[in-house]
Amino acid sequence: MTRRERRRREDESYRTWNGSYRRYDLVKEASIAFGVILALTVVLTILFSSPDEHPSTVQSWSHGDPVDFVTTAATELDGSSTSGSYGPPYNHASGSVQHAWFLHPQRWFGVSHPVNSAQDFVLAPLRAITGQPALQSAVSTYETASANQQAAWTSAYEKGLNKASATSAGSISVPTGNYGPLTTMMPALLTFAQSGGLDGALLTSKQFYQTDYTKPLLFMADGGVLSNRAQAEHLLGSQWGIMNETGSYPGQVWLWLYTFWYQIAPFQGANADILVLLVMGALSLAFMLVPFLPGIRDIPRWIPIYKLIWRVHYRAASARTAAPTSS
Amino acid sequence: MSVHAKRTWTGAVRDRAVSALPPEKLLADKQPSYVASWIYVFGVLSLSSLAVIILSGSILALKGPGWWHFTGVGHFFNSIHLWSVELFFFFMVIHLWGKYWMAAWRGGRARVWITGAVTFLVAIPCALTGYVSQQNFDSQWISTQAKDAINASGLGAFFNLLNFGQMYSYHVLLLPAAVVALVIAHVLLVRNHGVVPPFRLADKLPAVAEPATVDGGAAGPEASS
Repeated sequence: MTRRERRRREDESYRTWNGSYRRYDLVKEASIAFGVILALTVVLTILFSSPDEHPSTVQSWSHGDPVDFVTTAATELDGSSTSGSYGPPYNHASGSVQHAWFLHPQRWFGVSHPVNSAQDFVLAPLRAITGQPALQSAVSTYETASANQQAAWTSAYEKGLNKASATSAGSISVPTGNYGPLTTMMPALLTFAQSGGLDGALLTSKQFYQTDYTKPLLFMADGGVLSNRAQAEHLLGSQWGIMNETGSYPGQVWLWLYTFWYQIAPFQGANADILVLLVMGALSLAFMLVPFLPGIRDIPRWIPIYKLIWRVHYRAASARTAAPTSS
Repeated sequence: MSVHAKRTWTGAVRDRAVSALPPEKLLADKQPSYVASWIYVFGVLSLSSLAVIILSGSILALKGPGWWHFTGVGHFFNSIHLWSVELFFFFMVIHLWGKYWMAAWRGGRARVWITGAVTFLVAIPCALTGYVSQQNFDSQWISTQAKDAINASGLGAFFNLLNFGQMYSYHVLLLPAAVVALVIAHVLLVRNHGVVPPFRLADKLPAVAEPATVDGGAAGPEASS
């Protein structure tokens, strides 16, 4: 008999149990378990409640850190922000496009949620502001200028922003420079954001009802408003990221292996996400197929924890085996 | 079973279902004598946690996604939902480890293991969509961070973590339905195949087979099948 045949026969012998049975009340056990779990969750709720940190808004961001807001808006205007240079599924750039060997799934599925950072985050909202002809004229000047001229203005403005400071009134003070129409546009955008108007403008779509927060979230993620709060809450990727929860609550702790890979090389480069996903995909497949993986499926035989699990059964069986000889 | 009934698809399905899971197997009132360890409790604790998740989640769904932010009762049920999810994963992980060390896939039970493993894997995005549907800072941070991995896989074209409406639909309907369907399949497979017998100890036990008795009396359902 070959080893495979011997193994198949042994495996087959475990198919049915021809030994003894004992009384068991399935419904009673399930009912008691449900009651215990319900009581346990109520106790945990009373003791610990649950976290609910209020969300950030563009309005609160522009009030709390106007320099960061305007700096981010300037990078949206010239397309150098993370969103502006992201690539699929938002646009045709390549700044955040990942691949592994011949696998380019991010490109394969194309642009499904179009985002033009300059148009969507700056120019269109400014166009929505009425009653300010000077502002509309400045926007027109910017839009009709050559690409080189636009780049010169935004570049100069971003350099100026490095030395900018917030005023007590909530606006920003930027050193004098050749910023062209940005001198009018960016303060107007800041005022619009501080009024709450930009939060609404970023959600504007062709229909009345709206549940898609892609644009405001991308805009805020490009700035420091979310990451600064996340750092304070120990939620950054270097702090094990999304498996954590705000406050001292347990979060998605089951993601520990997923977030673990980001802490070590080679999963910290530009293609970290797709590499981690490939590793986790392979491990997940292996997890599902444990019964068919030689070595992995044999470990429970080699390390006999089962003797602890079935110790009552083995003890009883030993007693039965020993009984005829002792009588 | 009448010949007439077997001529219909309905009759064929019923015959097959009853054959695979006769009532005494589906709702057994006896179990093998070796099922005598605390490790067996974690399966039913996982199921109970799932029931509390669905119950608390249904209440939250009835009142809408914003309710829990501005009412004490809503926050209470959100907390119940959170802690039942934490318990669900905790018990499920212990259950999975227990079954691994029992090599519970033996005796033609590979599908039992696979459905359990897939349930765990599907429960992860189910929880993730819940975290990004909270409508608070946590959901803002998790969605903007996790989007890069989803986008890198190409799934971002179909699964947009920044779209609250889409994530909420996934969280309250599509993924819970998948988890519940998998759990039902898993439990039915367990009832069909029975709990895996212990390893034979060659030096102590002559064979798996023992006298077939229930409390020293009648034969059990598996013994008679």
